[in-house]
Amino acid sequence: MDPFFIFITVVKIITITFLVVLPMVAYAVYAERRFSAILQDRVGPNRTMIPLKIFGAKKDLNLPLGGLTQPIADGIKFLLKEDFTPNHVRKPFYWLAPALTMVPSLVTVAVVPFGSDLRLGDRIIPLSVADINIGPLFVFAVSSLAVYGITLAGWASNSKYSFFGGVRACAQMISYEIALGLSIIPILLIMGELNLNEIVKYQAANGWLIFPFWGEGLSLKGFLLLIPCLISFIIFTVSIFAETNRMPFDLPECETELVGGYHTEYSSMKFALFFLGEYAAMIVGSALIVTLFLGGWSLPFGWSESEFMSSGSIPAALIHVGCFLTKVIAFILFFIWVRWSVPRVRYDQLMKLGWVVFFEAALVNVFLTAFILYYVR
Amino acid sequence: MPTLFFYFFAILAISGAVALVVFRNPVSSALSMVASFVGFAGLFIGLNAYFIGVIQILVYAGAIMVLFIFIIMLLDLKKEESKKFPITTVIGALLIPGLFMLQLVGIFGNFDDKKHQALDLPASAEHYQEEAPKIAATLSGANGEAPSLPDVNLIGQKLFTEFNFPFQVMGILLLVATIGVVVLSKRSPSTSASDQ
Repeated sequence: MDPFFIFITVVKIITITFLVVLPMVAYAVYAERRFSAILQDRVGPNRTMIPLKIFGAKKDLNLPLGGLTQPIADGIKFLLKEDFTPNHVRKPFYWLAPALTMVPSLVTVAVVPFGSDLRLGDRIIPLSVADINIGPLFVFAVSSLAVYGITLAGWASNSKYSFFGGVRACAQMISYEIALGLSIIPILLIMGELNLNEIVKYQAANGWLIFPFWGEGLSLKGFLLLIPCLISFIIFTVSIFAETNRMPFDLPECETELVGGYHTEYSSMKFALFFLGEYAAMIVGSALIVTLFLGGWSLPFGWSESEFMSSGSIPAALIHVGCFLTKVIAFILFFIWVRWSVPRVRYDQLMKLGWVVFFEAALVNVFLTAFILYYVR
Repeated sequence: MPTLFFYFFAILAISGAVALVVFRNPVSSALSMVASFVGFAGLFIGLNAYFIGVIQILVYAGAIMVLFIFIIMLLDLKKEESKKFPITTVIGALLIPGLFMLQLVGIFGNFDDKKHQALDLPASAEHYQEEAPKIAATLSGANGEAPSLPDVNLIGQKLFTEFNFPFQVMGILLLVATIGVVVLSKRSPSTSASDQ
């Protein structure tokens, strides 16, 4: 195999995981706390200092950063806390569960296209770790493995609250996976393509799926297709909320009924892995929504088609990466906004929404799209 | 490099399958089966069958085994007693895989060329030129990209043209099964009254 290919893949894995996704996870937690503070008219974490006292200095260093060092302090706290393993747990599974939650979220990042193709000399480098032809299927397959972590955590903890949390999470994720999978079939019908990078390129030329105001999107067919696309978008977004166990669907960790849900018995870094896994899943979910419905890395109004932006030069690629990250961050803030404004639903309502409303709506939507594609030229 | 991955995933699949039988705890067994499925998926992907590999994970590891584990946990099965295997079971367990092994050796022994053969993409592009120009374009690299194997498109092409009838029949079978499950599990007041 080409050694250059291996080298560039390793570089991409390290950059995307450690310089993009994990910092985003850490700062998503910070953003959540600051944003919720704004919504509730509080201040939030705004004065973390750099603890120079433990190194023998007279005073701690207090930089006017508005608490931006908070995630670092949190991370150190989680690592240094006592890692307590209760006596009544099933040890091997108890240790395995946090890893099984975190790993699938990070693996799914592999197929997300972060920017347009980079041209170095005569080589074309796609800005996703694995530019495979089955992007959405890969994401669904790997994220379906995340159920194991949560279910095992609930079962291995050997306490009834954890167990209820685990069972709820499992039932919820299985139910919403179906709506999630069915809701993107209209997109695949329209594009005839399963490669996420190609899906983004199509949208760059012909209008984002839920904002088709240039290229081929400016036709009768484009406007008619907007209806199934909007239905898909709503089903997909709400299902992502359910899949990531976020409010208003965070029944698995519903503290008024279940103490802490499936991670009740966990402490220190093992707890943090569940916590970070949830945020990583949220970031991947946002990235998927942006890629499938909002044009991924592409600029609006076909600007990405201009000679400079499609040249594959480094500045053009950087602008596209910036565009993608802006959209993803906007979506993360939307996730946080929803969490702090919408009350939690009841469990039977959650199941009813998944099986009675979304499942049928997604099925009808497939037929609607096929009808439009077949009869409107 | 592909050989390295082959051995990794093959060892994963085999050790998962062995652990499935050896473990006494049902949850451990189920999890080792998942590991085995992931190994198989890796092998499929190594053979350029991305679609089958991913569906393997999506359907078997992600859906069916989750239900297995769900039920094992809900029933709270206890660890099986470490009983002695009866001699007939041991003989059967050694004999049947042994026969399959012999069959495999026989098949592989008949291969003339044991070297890895690269895919003949231009020939298959010619084959699909008539019936599916888009697939042929991907196979030959006529659309400006490097030639590649569009395995999803190929499976779709085969399913919806050549094997359309069996495909539809299978769909109806699954639909009948689904309706049967709903009818059997639904107990409305009127049917329970008519039972008496």
